[in-house]
Amino acid sequence: MSVTLTRNERQFANFISIIIFAFGVFLAAAGGNDPLSVHGFIIIAVGIAGFFFTADALYKPEPTEERLSYYYDEPIKAGVVLSMAWAVFAMFMGVWVASQLAWPNLAFEGAWSSFGRLRPVHTTGVIFGFGGNALIATSFHVVQRTSRARLPDQLSPWFVLVGYNLFCILAVTGYFIGITQSKEYAEPEWYADILLVIVWVTYFVLYLRTIARRKEPHIYVANWYYMAFILVVAILHVVNNIAIPVSLGHAKSYTAWAGVQDAMVQWWYGHNAVAFFLTAGFLGMLYYYLPVRAQRPIFSYRLSILSFWGITFFYMWAGSHHLHYTALPHWVQTLGMTFSVMLLVPSWASAGNALMTLNGAWGRVRDDATLRFIMIAAVFYGLSTFEGSFMAIRPVNALSHYTDWTVGHVHGGALGWVAMITFGAFYTLVPSLWRRERMYSAALVEVHFWLALAGTLVYVFAMWNSGIIQGLMWRTYTEEGSLAYSFLDSLVAMYPYYIARAFGGLLFLLGTIVGAYNIWMTIKAAPLAVPRKSDVPYSDAVAVPGE
Amino acid sequence: MNIDHESLVAFAKSWGLFYLIAFTICVLIYTFWPSNRKKFDKAKKSILDQGDEPWE
Repeated sequence: MSVTLTRNERQFANFISIIIFAFGVFLAAAGGNDPLSVHGFIIIAVGIAGFFFTADALYKPEPTEERLSYYYDEPIKAGVVLSMAWAVFAMFMGVWVASQLAWPNLAFEGAWSSFGRLRPVHTTGVIFGFGGNALIATSFHVVQRTSRARLPDQLSPWFVLVGYNLFCILAVTGYFIGITQSKEYAEPEWYADILLVIVWVTYFVLYLRTIARRKEPHIYVANWYYMAFILVVAILHVVNNIAIPVSLGHAKSYTAWAGVQDAMVQWWYGHNAVAFFLTAGFLGMLYYYLPVRAQRPIFSYRLSILSFWGITFFYMWAGSHHLHYTALPHWVQTLGMTFSVMLLVPSWASAGNALMTLNGAWGRVRDDATLRFIMIAAVFYGLSTFEGSFMAIRPVNALSHYTDWTVGHVHGGALGWVAMITFGAFYTLVPSLWRRERMYSAALVEVHFWLALAGTLVYVFAMWNSGIIQGLMWRTYTEEGSLAYSFLDSLVAMYPYYIARAFGGLLFLLGTIVGAYNIWMTIKAAPLAVPRKSDVPYSDAVAVPGE
Repeated sequence: MNIDHESLVAFAKSWGLFYLIAFTICVLIYTFWPSNRKKFDKAKKSILDQGDEPWE
């Protein structure tokens, strides 16, 4: 890693490590007995590791100018490995928390291992650890290939990757020791939030600088999605996390918004995290890796532009559907509901565009499990966006909200869409990145595919059943007008579905472990392919006139 | 000036609508502008030109 940096960059990386170290010392000292000091020490450790890592390489020979005629793939490789590591860890946590719901004794009476603490470990781990690293890695890959330009420097991609993973580690370790601001998908406290802002701005600037260096006159639509993802996540993160810490020596902070405003800001954030983190970014993945894997151009480029603007401008207003029947003004709820229903149009335009691209290549979908991952992802994208629009309708929401139906919906999207498209992208990306002929084992890709699909279906069907039963039990009245079932009655009814859900999650986890093993063996064992001449940026390409 | 809830609602319900309609028209014009067609066709094919096909 550090030998691919120029000497100036190594010095600067060394300097950044010292700053990180100093920041850690400050938090550790100011924290005192507060859990904050634990995080101070973690940051110190990262600073020290970074310092010695970069200092070690400081006087090694510099990379030659020849590097500039290749894409910069090292951070992408690290991102893929990190993403798979987070996937295995966080999906294991998911299976554990799911099992706790069926067998509560699995918390082993520890505070750190209670459901309330492990559950955000799972969600943060899969969304930000697995999904975020996958987005960062693939975005570096896509932006270089579609721009036919190398990343502008060697340091900032590493800063983004390491800083982002430090944020994820602070988040996850914080939950275990009870640090959370109790905002869903925005649990990390103020100091971690500040770190993420710095990392994220660097990421956006890096992306723009790469685009600015492009040799291809038109910016391919996948980049639009990635840029929307980076830009909007920055805005959401900053606005939702405006908070005042109790003191600089405390992890705890209080949010600037109060009451229903806080709820609205939180779900404006929360739903757009789904929209721009879990949808726009992964649509960027879809619009690049689907055509590349299928070797067919996207069915309609114009449709992809229309759905892009539809998605970016409709999603912004949909968040209030999380707050139906609350103190939020009725018209704001209606606004959220209306935009959610309208969202079906651009969402299905994307899903349809993907499936129409495959129309005529179904033989390849049958033979190639990687392409099948991508195809199934598009199908689940279509299904979950339909389900989401439907659930946002107020009377439907009256039945579905606070039940396992929501959990089923989220996992239909997360397992069926986000994870499937990521695995499809990784299986396309890994052999090309490491210059291998193919994946270590095509049979294991096949095994992974069927485990993932079976796991998703078992999970989603269990939660649909469970959620609708729950919803109906909570609203069933006796002839006397009192509720027919107690909450505990509904809990007992959930028991078989919770077992089924844990089993579905286990299947999915096994598939991910198989995938991680396959990727690892591809990196380690498969034979080298002849390097491809075409997989390099145009060094002095002439722009095509008339564009 | 005192901005109360009602006036904000009225603003959101009217101008919010016009702004989205105007925005939609702009996007539609850009997407279907005849001379953009060649650019879009080239863009969707050019990502396949780099030999990044699956190696199997």
